[in-house]
Amino acid sequence: MIREHEDIVIQTVCRFFIPFMQAYGLYVLAHGHGSPGGGFQGGCILAASFILMTISYDLKEVKRRFSEKLNVLFCSLGVFIYAGTGLVCLLLGGNFLNYGKLSKILPTDPVMARYYGMAAIETGVQITVMAIMVSIFLNLVTAGKHEETVEEEDAGDNSK
Amino acid sequence: MLEIIVSKYNYWIFVFLLIIGLYSMMTKNNLMKKLIGMNIFQWAIILYFISIGAKRGGSVPIIPGGHGHGVQKIVVHATGYVNPLPHVLMLTAIVVGVATTGIALAILVRIYNSYGTLEEDEIMKELGK
Amino acid sequence: MTRKFVGILIAVIALIALMQGLKDLPKWADPNQPASIHVSPRYIEKGIEETGVPNIVTAVLADYRGYDTLFETAVIFTAGVAVMMLLRRSKR
Repeated sequence: MIREHEDIVIQTVCRFFIPFMQAYGLYVLAHGHGSPGGGFQGGCILAASFILMTISYDLKEVKRRFSEKLNVLFCSLGVFIYAGTGLVCLLLGGNFLNYGKLSKILPTDPVMARYYGMAAIETGVQITVMAIMVSIFLNLVTAGKHEETVEEEDAGDNSK
Repeated sequence: MLEIIVSKYNYWIFVFLLIIGLYSMMTKNNLMKKLIGMNIFQWAIILYFISIGAKRGGSVPIIPGGHGHGVQKIVVHATGYVNPLPHVLMLTAIVVGVATTGIALAILVRIYNSYGTLEEDEIMKELGK
Repeated sequence: MTRKFVGILIAVIALIALMQGLKDLPKWADPNQPASIHVSPRYIEKGIEETGVPNIVTAVLADYRGYDTLFETAVIFTAGVAVMMLLRRSKR
């Protein structure tokens, strides 16, 4: 039940914050090797930027920028990237998820190939976590209908 | 007795949170409060595992000066770093907790749309008719 | 009223059982506890020369235990799909 409520102070401040939150989410992913961070943490921060846009602006703005078709596509794309990296390692002659064998297609030694394999799978994890968090939030808040209400609804409406 | 309380105070915090979660899951009438009790219970378990990994005199488990191509020559002593394994296992546990809470909230939305109330005894009375 | 009484009784029994178990647990931040000397020294000492990543937590999560992380991603994906199935219904 997202109601349309325009407040110029909140909208201006949130318009300033949201790009920085998204850049910070990508920074946490990229520096997951040298400082605390990684895929899950960066994904949650990136999802939080979309949730901030939903509660400060209205639902139409979020749907305009991040439609539901793109959302569902991102959910499966992350898992696909993760399992796809493991499958590439299997095809190159090692075990499943043995990133050392990636040195046959990347121009580095086997130790640094594990480094780059980890970077690839953390990207996949971040994409999935971000899309799922936004999707769960939008489904719960609008009770599945994905439309906004302008006035108070009748709360005792029993629809089986 | 005072020695046990002071030297193991992390376990007392975990026991306190666990008993609060267990009590509110069992005795509260509102379904939302039961769900919050389940969430508190689960966070007590996560805190317990993370507190096991502490080590006196150990620092953050990130090896300084580890970038670049001379990484094979760094000598690392295991006593200077905090145990990293409980942190790893609890990352998975936190994500599973988020998934469980999300689905439970979705079920609560459907129950509210169907019965019009979230109190357990009224729902059981409606089911018994 | 009986539900509150039974609830308090079970909570007190659980508290006494947990306090009995508290005697055998190691002290807070003990360097010689069994959790810190069994498996984790091998990950800390060999972690950077085998993987080249300074963050040991990311190295264990993504490389040594990469299979668990794959299925955990599948779990969060399944939860999102389940919420969509429960709540997004077309009008009948």
